Amino acid sequence: MLSIDKIQDEIIADFGIFDDWMGKYEHLIDFGSSLPLIDDKYKLDENLIKGCQSKVWLNTEMKDDKVIFSADSDAVITKGLVGLMVHVLSNQTPEAIVNADLYFIDKIGLKDHLSPNRSNGLLSMIKQMKLFALGYTLKK
Amino acid sequence: MGLDVENIRKDFPILSETVNGEPLVYLDNASSSQKPLAVIEAINNFYKTTNSNVHRGVHSLSQRATTAYEATREKVRAFINANLEHEIIFTRGTTESINLLAATLGKGHVHQGDEIVISEMEHHSNIVPWQLLCEETGAVLKVIPINNKGEITEESYRNVINESTKIVAICHVSNTLGTINSIKAIIDYAHEFGALTVIDGAQAPAHIPVDVQQLNCDFYCFSAHKMYGPTGIGILYGKETLLDELPPYHGGGNMIENVTFAKTTYNKLPHKFEAGTPNIAGGIGLGAAIDYIQSIAYEDIGKYEDELTKYGREQLSSISNLRFIGDAADKSAVFSFVIDGIHPLDLGTILDQQGIAVRTGHHCTQPLMDKFEIPGTVRASFAFYNTLGEVDRLVNGINKAVAMLSR
Ligand SMILES: Cc1ncc(COP(=O)(O)O)c(C=O)c1O
Repeated sequence: MLSIDKIQDEIIADFGIFDDWMGKYEHLIDFGSSLPLIDDKYKLDENLIKGCQSKVWLNTEMKDDKVIFSADSDAVITKGLVGLMVHVLSNQTPEAIVNADLYFIDKIGLKDHLSPNRSNGLLSMIKQMKLFALGYTLKK
Repeated sequence: MGLDVENIRKDFPILSETVNGEPLVYLDNASSSQKPLAVIEAINNFYKTTNSNVHRGVHSLSQRATTAYEATREKVRAFINANLEHEIIFTRGTTESINLLAATLGKGHVHQGDEIVISEMEHHSNIVPWQLLCEETGAVLKVIPINNKGEITEESYRNVINESTKIVAICHVSNTLGTINSIKAIIDYAHEFGALTVIDGAQAPAHIPVDVQQLNCDFYCFSAHKMYGPTGIGILYGKETLLDELPPYHGGGNMIENVTFAKTTYNKLPHKFEAGTPNIAGGIGLGAAIDYIQSIAYEDIGKYEDELTKYGREQLSSISNLRFIGDAADKSAVFSFVIDGIHPLDLGTILDQQGIAVRTGHHCTQPLMDKFEIPGTVRASFAFYNTLGEVDRLVNGINKAVAMLSR
């Protein structure tokens, strides 16, 4: 498994090809739609991230000491962002997730989407992912 | 002569901003409108030349500030054609005006089993204060349903208002649907049963003239920031006799006549409802906003906005799978819509990339979204400084977004 930073660098390189916002957003949307994100049986209300205009579901499991995330959204741009987060953080150790510095969002020019009033739930989702990982490190 | 939009745009500095590299198209006026230079400068000048507290100083500056601030009260009175200057109460905005009413009417005017009537299209600000009042008093909230076009029909309000109705609280213009309600008829009908009428006017004065004596409403609430004035100041209009009957809302300085630990007596109207240091600069800004609107004249604003509404409706209708939420016969330049298969948030995000500011979501009218069985809409709300060219930018922007989002 590649490290979190390696994956981030790959994403930055992928997005680097596009010099206009349209290309970037199209790539983001395609990224979201290419992923099998979350099993329908996990699209439960208790897996919904609260406080967003779009619905975001996040499901978390542990497998061989790694955290497996799956997620989905009913909005395609949010789904792309959520997909990127899952791609970067899933299948990593809880420690790596807790300590991850998610610099790629800024580098690919989507930092605006992390602002707390964006109401796409991305920030809450990252918090939720890190909280789960933190909980697991404390249990150990 | 008609409205000269190109000249008017020069009065609003923010309209020449660029957003994401594109000239800003500001279509979120129902949330908050932009401010003309006259308002910005009035506030600026107040702090530069006049700033001091009002109603209490012996010194000249304080008297100057008081005169300037109080001049707005008279401007507001004339603006909505109230009978008396002290029927104009300064508040923080529509929300506070309605809360003031709900809180004070709860002390004497509303009892267990009484009915409070609102409509299905109300903003949360005209729902929640009444729910709080119902919880406190045991009164019951009744809701006038709307039809599929987003209108309150005569039949629907006649079915809900009756002998038990104590308060009817309805918006003049809906922020989500743009519907202009026939409030005069509703007010008259409510009065037949002796009910008090509260009009949420937040969306009205930016677009249409308001005459509280002609309407004969008991209370009328609005916010300066939606009518080209500053944030943090608004108005509660009430009939003198009713305001006199109501107990004070907040206690503090300015609202008292005489304070002793044994017994405090209250100041006269309007000060009885204005505890503490008010938003003085805001009041002066509101005065400048009223002057500005009157310098253009509602007749021209109305004609021009009708043109925008007609053109906007035509052009937006050309987009396939677009469905208007709210299509009332009498409507202001507000378009709420959904496009099949496209999430409003995605559409809003791609429009923003193109420099077009719209609002997405439930617009603080969740029960209305439930009625139409949608999670939210995209809302484009226009003001008299918007242009037909901006309608085209919006439509092109939507088409571009739809192409990207339905890949
Ligand atoms: C119809 C309506 N009522 C009430 C309000 C609340 O106004 P304010 O937030 O200025 O108090 C708004 C503002 O969004 C509104 O549109």
